[in-house]
Amino acid sequence: MTKMLQHSGYEEERLQRVAELLPCREVQAGMLLSLMGQPQQCSYPSIFIYGHRASGKSHVMQVLLKELELPHATVSCVECVSVALLFEQVLLSFFGCDAASLLPRSPSLSDFVRIYRQHCSQTPAKQTRYIVMEKAELLRDTDANLLPALLRLQELVDDNVTIILLSEIVWDKFRPNTGCFEPLLLHFPDYSKGELQQILSQDKHPSYSAEFYSSYINILLGVFYSVCRDLRELRHLAALNFSKFCEPLAEGKVKETDTHKLWRNIEPHLKKAMQTVYLREVSSLQWEQLQQMEERECGALRGLSAHTHVELPYYSKFLLIAAYLASYNPARTDKRFFLKHHGKIRKTNFLKKNEKTSNHLLGPKPFPLDRLLAIFYSVVDSRVAPTASIFSQISSLVTLQLLTKVSHDDQLDAPKYKCAVSMDFICAISRTVNFEIIKYLYDFL
Amino acid sequence: MSTSSVSKGCFVFKPSAKKKKTLSLEDHFSHGCESAESSEKRFKLCQDLWDKIKSDTEVLQDDLNRKILDSLLDFTRKCSSTRQLSDWASQMRASEIPTAALVLGVNVPDHDMTFQSLSELLQQSVTPHVASVQAKECGALKHLMKRVLERLMGTDVTVDDEEEEEAEQTSTPLHKSVHCSLSTLCDWYKTKTKKSNTPGKKRSSPSRDDPQQPPVVIIFKDLEAFNPKVLQDFILICSRYIERLPLMFIFGIATSPSTIQHMLPHSVSSLLCIELFQSLSCTQHLATVIDQLILTHHFPFKLNAKVLQVLMSIFLYHDFSVRNFIKGLQLALLEHFHSQPLSVLCCKKKDALLNVMQLSHSDLERIRNLPSFKRYVEKQEPQEQVNLSKDDTHLKEVCQKLIKGLHKYHKNYYPVLRCLHTLTSSLPRYPLGKQVRELHLICLEKNVWENEDYQTAMKLLRMLAKDELVALLQRCVEILQPVKSKKMKNAFLQLTDLLTKFKQLDTVAAEPPPCVEEPIISPVRNLQKKTDLFQLQKTLLEMNESRRAKKLSPFEVLRNEALEFLDNLVKSHLSPPESHTLNEVCYYTSSATVRRHLNATPRTSIQAALNSPYYYLQNDRLKTVDGSVSNSAPDICIAYKLHLECGRLINLYDWLEAYATVVSAAEGNNPDSDNYGKVEEVKHARFIRAVSELEFLGFIKSTKQKTDHVARLTWGGC
Repeated sequence: MTKMLQHSGYEEERLQRVAELLPCREVQAGMLLSLMGQPQQCSYPSIFIYGHRASGKSHVMQVLLKELELPHATVSCVECVSVALLFEQVLLSFFGCDAASLLPRSPSLSDFVRIYRQHCSQTPAKQTRYIVMEKAELLRDTDANLLPALLRLQELVDDNVTIILLSEIVWDKFRPNTGCFEPLLLHFPDYSKGELQQILSQDKHPSYSAEFYSSYINILLGVFYSVCRDLRELRHLAALNFSKFCEPLAEGKVKETDTHKLWRNIEPHLKKAMQTVYLREVSSLQWEQLQQMEERECGALRGLSAHTHVELPYYSKFLLIAAYLASYNPARTDKRFFLKHHGKIRKTNFLKKNEKTSNHLLGPKPFPLDRLLAIFYSVVDSRVAPTASIFSQISSLVTLQLLTKVSHDDQLDAPKYKCAVSMDFICAISRTVNFEIIKYLYDFL
Repeated sequence: MSTSSVSKGCFVFKPSAKKKKTLSLEDHFSHGCESAESSEKRFKLCQDLWDKIKSDTEVLQDDLNRKILDSLLDFTRKCSSTRQLSDWASQMRASEIPTAALVLGVNVPDHDMTFQSLSELLQQSVTPHVASVQAKECGALKHLMKRVLERLMGTDVTVDDEEEEEAEQTSTPLHKSVHCSLSTLCDWYKTKTKKSNTPGKKRSSPSRDDPQQPPVVIIFKDLEAFNPKVLQDFILICSRYIERLPLMFIFGIATSPSTIQHMLPHSVSSLLCIELFQSLSCTQHLATVIDQLILTHHFPFKLNAKVLQVLMSIFLYHDFSVRNFIKGLQLALLEHFHSQPLSVLCCKKKDALLNVMQLSHSDLERIRNLPSFKRYVEKQEPQEQVNLSKDDTHLKEVCQKLIKGLHKYHKNYYPVLRCLHTLTSSLPRYPLGKQVRELHLICLEKNVWENEDYQTAMKLLRMLAKDELVALLQRCVEILQPVKSKKMKNAFLQLTDLLTKFKQLDTVAAEPPPCVEEPIISPVRNLQKKTDLFQLQKTLLEMNESRRAKKLSPFEVLRNEALEFLDNLVKSHLSPPESHTLNEVCYYTSSATVRRHLNATPRTSIQAALNSPYYYLQNDRLKTVDGSVSNSAPDICIAYKLHLECGRLINLYDWLEAYATVVSAAEGNNPDSDNYGKVEEVKHARFIRAVSELEFLGFIKSTKQKTDHVARLTWGGC
């Protein structure tokens, strides 16, 4: 059934096992094997593998290297907050902790190369060594020389070593402008629907038949395939909803083969799951509890985004309103809104060419602190002393991410802000203080 | 210091142990304190009261948080137990990191206490491994890692960073190799759990299902302030280790839970299993604090209406922080005991009576000068007046009596206040406020029964239906029941009497009403005869009157009686404290001080200093009559004053000339001499300094529009 992996360097039996563990990835695995050659052969210095999330990149590498018992080091770049960690992990898995402890504090690349060579000459490689770097896109943010050096590490350390970079983005986005050694590129395409079905059907529930589980997966994919092709996520959803699927079976209403009835039972449930638990509006734990509860109680649970109400002190509310007005009204129109005797100015007189589009479509604009306070004092109904706590409220609004500071932190002189709340939010806020914000917005004039 | 050595060399002298005696709190208190002799006693009283307030609020806070903390603890337990299941579903499920989103409200200063008690509780009952981190200490991923590891493992962790040279030198070589990564944490956790498991197995049976693997809890105190990138990376890393390390997160959220979705993309939030926990709102929290600390006679220290108003408005308008409210209370407490010598009497009744006997002559003089006492004296007989002003021992006796009266007043005030609040808080449109604190403020200010709102409230109460009224009265009875004062016991008995009468009405009501409606019929008959419009109006009015007067049902009679009774209760017990003699002993009145300390106005004070330097410098030469600045004021004041006369742009040269003229006048130069008003080097330098100081204070700034001009940043002027 499965295509056979064939390679002269390894035993048949092992390759068989590898092929079983890698369903739907035989082509890629075969390609990799032929690139890697026989263990003792010298291999290509660097290989770059890219493909979407959960397309089996790490899994294929892991299985190949483990099952074929090749010396390797796997490093996740997100974990390496400093290059020292990266070097340490590589040295540790190749040469043991002696080598790792030789690294000085804050080591440089040449320290790493030196220690590597030193140990490599003591224990020369009989087989190709592999360094697998997951989430390699983060390497672009490290020192500029790291990525080019890693790509030709084989030359630098004079050892039979191959770097394998795994990434979700294409190589073109990596290439440094100074140029570098080009790795071999290998693409992992997304799984097709049929492949997903095949892989997901493999983890069947021990107490049910394989056909039954496969039909369940079929229904699940029918609902979710249009929104989600992430294998990991699909497997998670399958596990969460399977008990509901089996419910009529356990009650003895339906037989295993009666797919239509089972589908009728599970379909609305899965639709609901798509809006809640898939978006993480409801946690998986709560979802499982919900399934045990009666249908009518389900409505009680509200998702995360349903809670948007924020209670604020009185003046903070007005500061936020003033910030919103300053962000969405052109500064020229302040006179019209906040001066008592502004005269009659029509909107058409104001219109400039670029302002014909709605300010709300363009998003918030930055405004200086002075303007915020000027609007604040004219908007708030009572006389407010310019106390220190008014100013500290502005900065606490910034930490709450209701305002964002646009200018640099160091700039003490006339800092600039943007309002970061939505129209609905500000309307709800102004309703609580009886302020008709719509009347003060240029867009709604 | 000397050495016995003859040779040259370096000698180390350790600083002698008690070279500088640090001032104790008490010394600070008595420094600059009014009437130093009693300061010690007052300090002790103040300290005791504050300790009590502090412990009470802590207990209160714990009580309020108990519910949410309990559910949070349940959540952690549930998470750590489901993790150890090994059935099919949990194996297939992507292992998410359990996360509690704890919504705490915008009163960020209060959160510390909550998190403190949360982590203590967690450590006691769930897991020893708890670490909490704050956004400001975790600017980058490695710092966050470092903090987490440090707090969990309790050791120093080296991050490869130049800035931390010192830390490395001090740490022992054993920790040197500890790298800042989660795999280190994993190893540490493995050894930790192994160690704790082996003795456990020897001792107890496996039936004790204490989690073999206690979760590792990481608390993010202020989620909003974290850099989203750092947080995302950290979660990604953690999810790689979730199989080996039972991690768990608690997010402290100040705004709304949807911030999680704003900060984390789906790829990251899909690694979390988020459950929401909503804490009590801060206004409710404050209501309980006020209930326990202010609306009680247990604390002799009181705030008057204005001070309370200031504290309340800071809370409602500015910060929503209960902690700051309590700090404000502490400030008022300290100020009261510091500035009011008679506050020795502000303590429990027994102690106060003792303290009265120990008052010195000068203290008694102070009592005689109290406005409330003067008012009291005026009401007495002439002979008694003389006695009070001359005889110290007599005064002491009277004082004892008055103090007793004051305590009695407090004992009766609060129950009656609560009764009135229960009656009025459910009325439409809340004539006397929704919260009991609002009613309290009204009562503190003046006689509540003269208030218009009180009248309307009473009118509304007279229209209540029976079942509503009875329910309200029942609640009043419940309030009065535990009170131990004589008058309240009386009131309680009378009220229960009324209640039983109300209940008896039900049985009586079965009988037909005895009164026949004859008197009403007669005017109607009269009406038919006359057609005069004026007469008609008159008769209608009469009819109305008579109907109201005569148609009173037994229930209405009883209702009026009950309300009359309550009205009397209010009138006799809810008089404002100013009307009571010696109220100055207990009531702190200086709202201006509190406001100045808690709600500072830096800008106003700078302007005040520049406008009238005498206010701060207290130098007689600076005194002026009409608010103008004298010539001899500091340079910056003169420059400020002159700049007020200018428009938006100020010509620097004109400004300098004007300045030189003013300063020359101050030096007493002859106006006719040649040098008068000349700009010499020293004046020039002084002027430049003044201008740069003004720039520093933010009044002017340089402008590119005109090179020799500066722009004003303030409006208005002389």
